[in-house]
Amino acid sequence: MDVNPEHTTGRLLRQPDQPAAAGGAAGEGGGAVPFPGEVHPTAGGGILVTKLDEVINWARSNSLWPLVFGTSCCAIEMMSTAAAKYDWSRFGFEVARATPRQADVIIIAGTIVNKMAPVLKRLYDQMADPKYVIAMGACATSGGPFFYNTYSVVKGADHVIPVDVYVAGCPPRPEALLHALITLQEKIKNGVS
Amino acid sequence: MNKEELKIRLGELFPAAVFEEGGEWTTATVDATVWKGLARDVRSAGELEMDYLFCVTAVDWKTHITMVYHLTSTVHRHTLIVKVKLDRVRPEIDTVSDIWRTAELHEREAYDLMGVIFIGHPDLRRLFMTDEWKGWPLRKDYEDPVNMIKL
Repeated sequence: MDVNPEHTTGRLLRQPDQPAAAGGAAGEGGGAVPFPGEVHPTAGGGILVTKLDEVINWARSNSLWPLVFGTSCCAIEMMSTAAAKYDWSRFGFEVARATPRQADVIIIAGTIVNKMAPVLKRLYDQMADPKYVIAMGACATSGGPFFYNTYSVVKGADHVIPVDVYVAGCPPRPEALLHALITLQEKIKNGVS
Repeated sequence: MNKEELKIRLGELFPAAVFEEGGEWTTATVDATVWKGLARDVRSAGELEMDYLFCVTAVDWKTHITMVYHLTSTVHRHTLIVKVKLDRVRPEIDTVSDIWRTAELHEREAYDLMGVIFIGHPDLRRLFMTDEWKGWPLRKDYEDPVNMIKL
């Protein structure tokens, strides 16, 4: 009833200036990288795109197809995680693919040796975007028990490809791998990864 | 044949062989010069018939290298271990790849990682390491400043 048409017009006119001023303060002034998942006020629109991103991330995170890849004993734990007792399909991982072209996530389950490094790189390159990497166990994280006095082991798979989630353990229990998978889902849902 | 019978029979065939006490299987240590002849004999002798060489190992003792051959008979179900002491600077031994075909690959592995030269081997070249690799990685004094972090 008491709506002031001038007031409304004024707000509409002011709005385009707001993000410019805010962007100048946060982006140029501090030079800081915006915190992932932070809500940025945008003029008028933005809601549709943001919501669409959230829906896409939600869909991606709940249907991650892992690549069948295991280079040592961690692979046994990975198989156990996939099998009936721990059953990672409860979280949307059931479709393990034997080809990198159809896989979303590669779980580096085991030691990466110098001879395996180019193979791992090629597998990663052949995966379609968006793609995610989990370094499972001590070997894939840092070389683990093979860090010292070894001529053949890559000291951490992140020397070869970028890693999203690291899992501790030698080998990690299936619960730890499930936790890593859920952590990856959280990262994707928050738009971090 | 059980362990004791096998030991007695081998003692008759090879008086120079030295036997170890204890352990699950009969273990004989022989000289590198008699190894090939012994291998032929235990393979062909009807009552021994060691038709399966299931493991070839090289051990670096820092002062010398020992080759360890695990032999078994799928007919008589008895097992024999033969150890041969080698010089560490020039570790040379006759190949047995013509007696047991499986030795062809096993000896290549021992050559690749320990540098044992198998005389008469048909295809003695690198197996796991790249062709241009220098040195024998499983020797105790192996150094590789590029790939190895020393502790």
